[in-house]
Amino acid sequence: MTNKTMTAAINEAIDQEMSRDDKVFVAGEDVRVGGPFGTEAGLHAKYGDKRILNTAISELALTGIGVGAAAVGLRPIIEIMIMDFVAVGMDQIVNQMAKMKYMLGGQATLPIVVTTHAGIDSSSAAQHSGSLEAWFCHVPGLKVVMPSNAYDAKGLLTASIRDDNPVIFISNKRCMASMMEVPDESYVVPLGVAEVKRSGSDVTVVALGRLVVDALTAADELAKEGISLEVVDPRTLSPMDMTTILASVKKTSRAVVAHEAVRNCGVGAEIAATIADEAFDFLDAPVKRVGAPFTPVPFAPALEKEYLPGAQEIIDAVRSLYS
Amino acid sequence: MDLSNADMLRMFEQMTRIREFDERAGLLMEQVKVHGSVHLYCGEEAIAVGVCEALNDDDYITSTHRGHGHLIAKGGDVDRMYAELFAKSTGYNGGKGGSMHMAALDLGIIGANGIVAAGLPIGLGVAFASQYQGNDRVTVCFFGDGATNEGAFHEAMNMAAILKAPMVFVCENNGYGEWSSAASTTSVADIVDRAASYGIAGAMVDGMDVAAVHEASIAAVARARSGAGPTLLECKTYRYYDHVGRDFGVLERDPDEIARWRARDPIKHWREVLIAHGVFDDNTADTITASIGADMERAIAKAEQAPDPHPDALYEDVYSESKV
Repeated sequence: MTNKTMTAAINEAIDQEMSRDDKVFVAGEDVRVGGPFGTEAGLHAKYGDKRILNTAISELALTGIGVGAAAVGLRPIIEIMIMDFVAVGMDQIVNQMAKMKYMLGGQATLPIVVTTHAGIDSSSAAQHSGSLEAWFCHVPGLKVVMPSNAYDAKGLLTASIRDDNPVIFISNKRCMASMMEVPDESYVVPLGVAEVKRSGSDVTVVALGRLVVDALTAADELAKEGISLEVVDPRTLSPMDMTTILASVKKTSRAVVAHEAVRNCGVGAEIAATIADEAFDFLDAPVKRVGAPFTPVPFAPALEKEYLPGAQEIIDAVRSLYS
Repeated sequence: MDLSNADMLRMFEQMTRIREFDERAGLLMEQVKVHGSVHLYCGEEAIAVGVCEALNDDDYITSTHRGHGHLIAKGGDVDRMYAELFAKSTGYNGGKGGSMHMAALDLGIIGANGIVAAGLPIGLGVAFASQYQGNDRVTVCFFGDGATNEGAFHEAMNMAAILKAPMVFVCENNGYGEWSSAASTTSVADIVDRAASYGIAGAMVDGMDVAAVHEASIAAVARARSGAGPTLLECKTYRYYDHVGRDFGVLERDPDEIARWRARDPIKHWREVLIAHGVFDDNTADTITASIGADMERAIAKAEQAPDPHPDALYEDVYSESKV
């Protein structure tokens, strides 16, 4: 057990899986030099050109390398540097890797992980700040994973690499430097299993990615007023562990769903709708959603601050349940 | 080029098999007996056969929406192909893909594709896997002239050149992308000119002449297998029928243009070559063609009788069962 950043935890998961299984390789832009976030730091020196495949700035070819290589037996990790860039490679993700097993009548198995970095970070503006997880949760055939801390990141990435399905693994940029105790040895956090990050009795906050950190801050704050939050981190967004979420809502009778992505048609809308479907009789108040406003991500720090949902927005949403 | 009589005969049979398969597929689509869109390969048979005859059984191909010819040339079973067109559980994809998604991974056929040019990045990945695994398999990507205007073409060609990937990019230039002429959509008359911009080998052949396609393919496949990198092989050809089916009625083409190309029919031409070489005579050629036609009728009858997919199949194979 060592204190590690989420970046280091991700790097360790990739390294350990590459060492465990020689079918695992990484392809991406600038992965030779460790990638801009350092998630592949030191791996090229250890594994060489083929297993750390440095590609052109060609997200479509890069993602296609993953599909083709997986179809004939390898286990690619495809790094899309910034989540917004995924739009360039979208055909290979949505039309090819997601559908191939099904439309080929089960002939193909595609163990691919697409790793990417999402969210707002120091005025990166509208094309480098996106949280686009909802796009992928809408597509059958893909799994979608979004860790909120270093421990989960390592275990979920290990599980994703070992999984026989295409997995979109999304790291929030503002979580990358967060530190916590992480085991040095390899371990798995299973996909599709949520975790209650803080137990509480009054309101369930289902938070995604970085908003888990904010929800825990909000819980500390509201505890001072005698409102007890239960914070649930789905960790995997598709498939979503609604069992854990519904059990929490049935206990607390109130729910807030929070994510950094825009609120409209976000993953939170699906969670809120499912709570309404499955736990309506248990609710004492409407389900509230916290998310970014329906605008592109702005550049100016003053606007970015206004845009970004966080602890205060969660606190406001919780208070509105009692008004 | 030294082709044995047996080679020449097999190439005739394979081209005939493709023609007989697709002529019937077009008719079955009009009769609404097969489902969805069927894109016919008639007129282009010399390409699939000339290329695939230069491949080993364990080499790979990626195909297109106009893919029946590629599947047959790479060893596809017409019984399972017709069954797939009829959307039956005995089809290659269990009735869940249809014409545009037919694949046979065990034959190295990574799949037809409903997205133009999508097979190129996938083929790049397959070829990279061969380099990674240290085997000598070659990957051929078939695609049309229209695909060369897609970003996927550019990205895959550039990366294939950088990696010296063991690939052959086979462009079937039939003069039309869907319902638009290549002349109205493509900045070059000869697709092969695009090879130079990637610094890779390029070759242009008469796609109506199976021997010419075969000879160029042997050279390109050898180059790929030796580690010298990919080749862009442009085969000039013609789509006898419409983009979809035989006559979809959207595009009117000059009847003289169609007649000119049909006069150079690849199967008719090859049949004359074989007769001149004494491989067979007219009667034997007719008998072979009739026999292949009868095989198709049997395959169609069998497909019609085959069971539909079980309703449970709707939910199967969305995900792989993973034990992590």
